[in-house]
Amino acid sequence: MEYTSMTLKELSQLIHKREISSLELTENYIKKIKEKDHELGAFITVSEESAIKTASWIDEDILSSSSEKLHPLVGIPVAIKDNLCTEGIKTTCASRLLQNFVPPYSAEAVMKLKKHGAVIIGKTNMDEFGMGSSCENSAFGITKNPLDTARVPGGSSGGSAAAVASGLVPYALGSDTGGSIRQPASYCGVVGMKPSYGRVSRYGLIAFASSLDTVGPITRDVISNAAVYDAIAGHDPKDSTSMRGCAETVVDKIENGSVKGMRIGIPFSLIESHTDKKIKNAVMSAINLFSGMGCKIIDIELPDPALTLAAYYAISSAEASSNLARYDGIRFGTRAEDCLSIDELYKKSRSIGFGDEVKRRILLGTFLLSREMSDRYYKKALFTREAIKQDFDKLFSACDVIITPVSPGLPYHIGKYKTEPSARYSEDIFTVYASLAGLPAISMPVCKDASTGLQIGIEIIGRFREELTVYQSAYALENEIKNSERRCENDI
Amino acid sequence: MIYKGYEAVIGLEVHCELSTASKIFCSCSTAYGGEANSHTCPVCTGMPGALPTLNRKVVEYAITAGLALNCTVNKSSGHDRKNYFYPDLPKGYQISQYDIPLLYDGHLNITDEDGQLLNIGIERIHIEEDAGKLIHRDGETLIDFNRAGVPLIEIVSRPCMHTAEEVKSYLRKLRTILVSTGVSDCKMNEGSMRADINVSVREVGDTSFTTRTEIKNLNSINHAGRAVEYEFKRQVDTILAGGEIVRETRRYDENSGKTFSMRSKEGQRDYRFFADPDLPRLTVSDELICSLAATLPELPDAKIARYCSEYSLSQDDAELIAESPAASEYYNTAVTLTQNKKTLTNLFIGEILPKLGENEPIVSPSHLAEITDLLSAGEINNGTAKLLISRCTAEDGMSPAEIVTRDNLGMIRDKEKIRELLDTAVKELPKAVSDYKNGKKAAIKSIIGRAMAISKGRADPVILNDEAEKIL
Repeated sequence: MEYTSMTLKELSQLIHKREISSLELTENYIKKIKEKDHELGAFITVSEESAIKTASWIDEDILSSSSEKLHPLVGIPVAIKDNLCTEGIKTTCASRLLQNFVPPYSAEAVMKLKKHGAVIIGKTNMDEFGMGSSCENSAFGITKNPLDTARVPGGSSGGSAAAVASGLVPYALGSDTGGSIRQPASYCGVVGMKPSYGRVSRYGLIAFASSLDTVGPITRDVISNAAVYDAIAGHDPKDSTSMRGCAETVVDKIENGSVKGMRIGIPFSLIESHTDKKIKNAVMSAINLFSGMGCKIIDIELPDPALTLAAYYAISSAEASSNLARYDGIRFGTRAEDCLSIDELYKKSRSIGFGDEVKRRILLGTFLLSREMSDRYYKKALFTREAIKQDFDKLFSACDVIITPVSPGLPYHIGKYKTEPSARYSEDIFTVYASLAGLPAISMPVCKDASTGLQIGIEIIGRFREELTVYQSAYALENEIKNSERRCENDI
Repeated sequence: MIYKGYEAVIGLEVHCELSTASKIFCSCSTAYGGEANSHTCPVCTGMPGALPTLNRKVVEYAITAGLALNCTVNKSSGHDRKNYFYPDLPKGYQISQYDIPLLYDGHLNITDEDGQLLNIGIERIHIEEDAGKLIHRDGETLIDFNRAGVPLIEIVSRPCMHTAEEVKSYLRKLRTILVSTGVSDCKMNEGSMRADINVSVREVGDTSFTTRTEIKNLNSINHAGRAVEYEFKRQVDTILAGGEIVRETRRYDENSGKTFSMRSKEGQRDYRFFADPDLPRLTVSDELICSLAATLPELPDAKIARYCSEYSLSQDDAELIAESPAASEYYNTAVTLTQNKKTLTNLFIGEILPKLGENEPIVSPSHLAEITDLLSAGEINNGTAKLLISRCTAEDGMSPAEIVTRDNLGMIRDKEKIRELLDTAVKELPKAVSDYKNGKKAAIKSIIGRAMAISKGRADPVILNDEAEKIL
């Protein structure tokens, strides 16, 4: 059987019926990674040995009992973005600086997956420290888009999205600071969720920008995504910014909700001015499907895109410049040889260890926080962020979800921004809104571009803490897309 | 402290380690010493992905310290990152409080050389984490992170001190208050209390502030005093020689008693402070403040006032006792057990206080009170009282009265015995006898003194006097 094209939910059913063992499934995926990943470069590390050990243990200890109550993740392989710490498995952040770093502990999100019987099969490629949106800024080579290997898979969670899209793994964890789950999910034609800020613990997520970083799932379909979300969401006392109280489970309620009467905000003018035609058409098709389901479409205006983008890059770079200070070559990571002074050791280790994009952002962030600049730029960015949050509060009194494109265009060709690296920052315009406002947002494919065969996705943003609404509307849309495809087929 | 027409203007930044059991942002032990890096975890060594969580006990201890120093509590304060590179700083930044401190606007009182009460303002107190420790050995540098993340309070005084004595009094008083509230042991030799001192000088009568230097990391009160004296004169001499004081950090060298420039602040470090996004704002409820205020012990100033008014102590004696929590605890117990408070106080200051710091057994407060009563009743003399104080610690279980009886230490009142003493004295001092008989009445004193000495001070002085006059 070709398991590797199945969704997490389908695999889960097979495991529950004991039609397949965890070991069989794990070996199947490892074999496929070995066969195919050299073309894609989605993985930095394949943890074959420990995965097989875990899978065997799950077969013997859990699946051998006749228990009916099994968690949907039991025995199923998962890939983890390489900025989430995995105890005993190398965690590099795609940086030369951490190329040999083996953490002594696991990230809380990883621990939760392990607790539910997930099998960690490997660590996925990314833009170094999460900085980038193409997976080209990795010290260990680029990842290619499985739908067209001449193009980027998006980033920074590009390895996770490419692995899921190409069936190298049924699901993966990513992290999202300004769009790093949603954009690669869209580029690769899979489903990626950025939960509300604080919904999933950041403990063990190697920080890029602490006030924006989130952890979320990438899957082939919406309901599987919700199942993973349920497993990793919840308060963690080890993360002081973690949301208080229990997270409401989503997967059991996702099918009940009707979207009829739901008010959907669409920033028509922003879409008009900032996207190419194919993207516009994709968003319009989604809008039409929602209309058809009885939703109310409302034209809205989002905060100024240039200010939003500037605030995002100012805040994220400022925080990054401080978060990345610990990579000094003293306690772990790469240390330059033959240094005569401590300052030389810092300079050389960091010069060798960090890639260009990381250096660019550290420099920018250091500048923005400097005594003379802080008030003029950093504090203004914080002020702008507060204003954006308030704008969204107002918008959400008039609508229940907001739909935007994920990206202004189709996945671009590898190397496009090589000569002007910061020009690609503007590609993030649609995703940074939810990041700055801390809101849950999902990215899901809505249609296929006929000429390239690439998938085009949209983003659904919900109110703070209202992941359920986001999932319900995504699930309804996903079903409606399937129905309409079926109708098309019937017409033919 | 005036030198060549100049006076010093001095402000202190004092760091104190709080005595919480665990560190400020993780649950590692704060115990002093221990094998290098044995009290560490991913959080306090700044491992990738590790996050801080605030230890609420640190907040409570800091507030207690602040209330004892008459500060106002900020009900909402923040945590800020102070960014700089140093090998003992694991994260490349220290989590401190920059914009808004937990506590502000307090004061403490000291008495100056002339016995004048001085009010020393405290600008702010904030909480922060300590760094690790570098150990230089055989051309290598090793790092011990056991101290990294130990909670500190930084107490910033206003620049309102002018002499080395004031600085020393301030530090002593600060230590007394913090130790008495139990929030810090303030052991300067273990580095749990250390002071940075800002010094500038100006002509007497001038009220402006001039360029200051900062003397870093003083680890004893006496060094602080000497460092201030040296730095004050150095600055005055520099100015009078036509030189200029530069804003800089200086180090005090204990051996030479001088300060030396460490680094100039001209190209001042930019710490790029910003609010730590890993920690929410620190909020404090009225309930917490009230409950901490309610558990404050009697503070040194109140103690001094009470000692003066209730037990008629001099200001100096009262301060002496109030300075040490162990001393005042002992004294508080003993003084309530006797009516002869003045006598007890004298015995306490003379005989007990010097021994309290040492790890020797000491007479119990109740036995001291009993000895006091025996002395006041004339049952024993001063010498015996002192003897009993040392003997009572050795002879477990026996009361002072029992020891007096057993060792025959009571006063000699028997006239026969006193005459025997005088007879011996008369034989030994024939010259004094003849002097007395020739009209030198004062000569009787040497005879009485000799008799008293033979009795080892146990003869009743009144009877001895009477009998001496009779005999001669």
